[in-house]
Amino acid sequence: MNTALSIRQLTKTYGNGFQALKGLDLDVNEGDFFALLGPNGAGKSTTIGILSTLVNKSSGQVSVFGNDLDRDPAGLKRCLGVVPQEFNFNQFEKAFDILVTQAGYYGIPARLAKERAEEYLTQLGLWDKRDTPSRMLSGGMKRRLMIARALIHKPRLLILDEPTAGVDIELRRSMWSFLTGLNQQGVSIILTTHYLEEAEQLCRNIAIIDHGTIVENTSMRELLQKLHVETFVLDVKQSLSVAPALQGYPVKLMGSHALEVQVDKSVGINGLFVQLNAQGIEVVSMRNKANRLEELFVSLVEKNLAKVAK
Amino acid sequence: MKTEVKANLIALQTIVYREVRRFTRIWPQTLLPPAITMALYFVIFGNLIGSRIGGMGGFSYMEYIVPGLIMMSVITNSYSNVVSSFFSSKFQRSVEELLVSPVSPHVILIGYACGGILRGLAVAAIVTVLSLFFTHVQVHHLGITLLVIILTAAIFSLGGFINAVYARNFDDISIVPTFILTPLTYLGGVFYSIDLLPPFWQGMSMANPILHMVNAFRYGILGVSDIRIGVAISLMLIAAVVLYTCCIRLLTTGRGMRH
Repeated sequence: MNTALSIRQLTKTYGNGFQALKGLDLDVNEGDFFALLGPNGAGKSTTIGILSTLVNKSSGQVSVFGNDLDRDPAGLKRCLGVVPQEFNFNQFEKAFDILVTQAGYYGIPARLAKERAEEYLTQLGLWDKRDTPSRMLSGGMKRRLMIARALIHKPRLLILDEPTAGVDIELRRSMWSFLTGLNQQGVSIILTTHYLEEAEQLCRNIAIIDHGTIVENTSMRELLQKLHVETFVLDVKQSLSVAPALQGYPVKLMGSHALEVQVDKSVGINGLFVQLNAQGIEVVSMRNKANRLEELFVSLVEKNLAKVAK
Repeated sequence: MKTEVKANLIALQTIVYREVRRFTRIWPQTLLPPAITMALYFVIFGNLIGSRIGGMGGFSYMEYIVPGLIMMSVITNSYSNVVSSFFSSKFQRSVEELLVSPVSPHVILIGYACGGILRGLAVAAIVTVLSLFFTHVQVHHLGITLLVIILTAAIFSLGGFINAVYARNFDDISIVPTFILTPLTYLGGVFYSIDLLPPFWQGMSMANPILHMVNAFRYGILGVSDIRIGVAISLMLIAAVVLYTCCIRLLTTGRGMRH
């Protein structure tokens, strides 16, 4: 399998002395749907900035599909599409013109550029907004326009920096469906997001970055298997004044009709229902207290924070 | 290699088309004001005051100031086109669209400079047509006229680019036009021959690059000049090459654009 992205010992120190990246190593395979997660200020946007050449690296090597950033930046850029976190359109240009102009920067002839602009605006539900200046579009529309713009030159690797930030759930799901379809067509995708549910649903592999280094790099399945304890919230029919005693299941009362229960994967969940049933407590519904990936993410970042503090 | 050249040519065409579309879309801000200002100059300086001044350099005062006023418009408009367009791109961050694409820095620079040159030439054409309502315009040497006007527009477009790169806010893009270009233009022989000045000020005026541009252009139109044409054109060529090199360096290092 070809490597879509290879990063070796990447460092970045800004002019004010802040070291954003401290020898980052990362590989993403061709065809992957990859999540790059990390808390704010961890180095995600700096990494993406270096890939898109908007940030100058201090040292290290970066290549995209074998095109080295130092030796062949133009070759690298042709393989890469970037959807940045912040809107960076010309506010006065129309949506259609933004796409055709961007295609022109990649050397795509006008006729083909117009065909592609129509294709992507239609796919992303923006065709009826083609003559609208970008400043008049809603936040969700702007996000979709940025995706269309990043795809106009048909990149082999698409990097999305929080593409669904501020987007309503319905639109977010339609964007997920669009991105999944794109990945199935062979486009490698790297996604950064603060919606960990999004990463869990879409991505096959994941890296967690914190304080400028990768603290975890594995498949989503393997990572989720590391989660030994899950916390569930149970809504119960009866009104409770104290938490019931449940052997092997730490439990807390969350109001009169809800219990928060920790379930160890080695113990399983069946015993919980047996004990509740024996005490005459009827469960109406249950849900994860937090997204599974979120629990792991928080635990990994906290561990790393403790390590850095030492 | 051939594909890369073709891609860069399409990119260049795209940038130039976008720049032209920009200044023609906002024509009340870009093309109309110089037309009104220059019409006022023709009426006040040329007709009303000029008729009392008499001749200058063997021509009527109106004929004498026409080349200078055309150059004044070219200088101001070429500069302000690039400085405002590129700074706006930086301000709105849409310059990132260009920086993430494989466009060569030379193509980016030439594209912006062509935008500035074309606006300068468009305004020059408007001012020339306006001048025909007030006086007869002859062209003494078409080649020199075109070379000088294009070189001047290129030099000020490149200057505007450097200003835009260093500018951090909108005030920064008006400092140079207001405090440097305008005084140098007024003192650059637009309205008078330096023969009228005392020898000391004649010498001082020679250090003003705009004097050389205005006089070289006046030579192209009228065939008269206060300075040697060869020297003026050589200085302009050197200035263009130096500015181009500086601009390319700024683009390559990403000054003010990359972190």
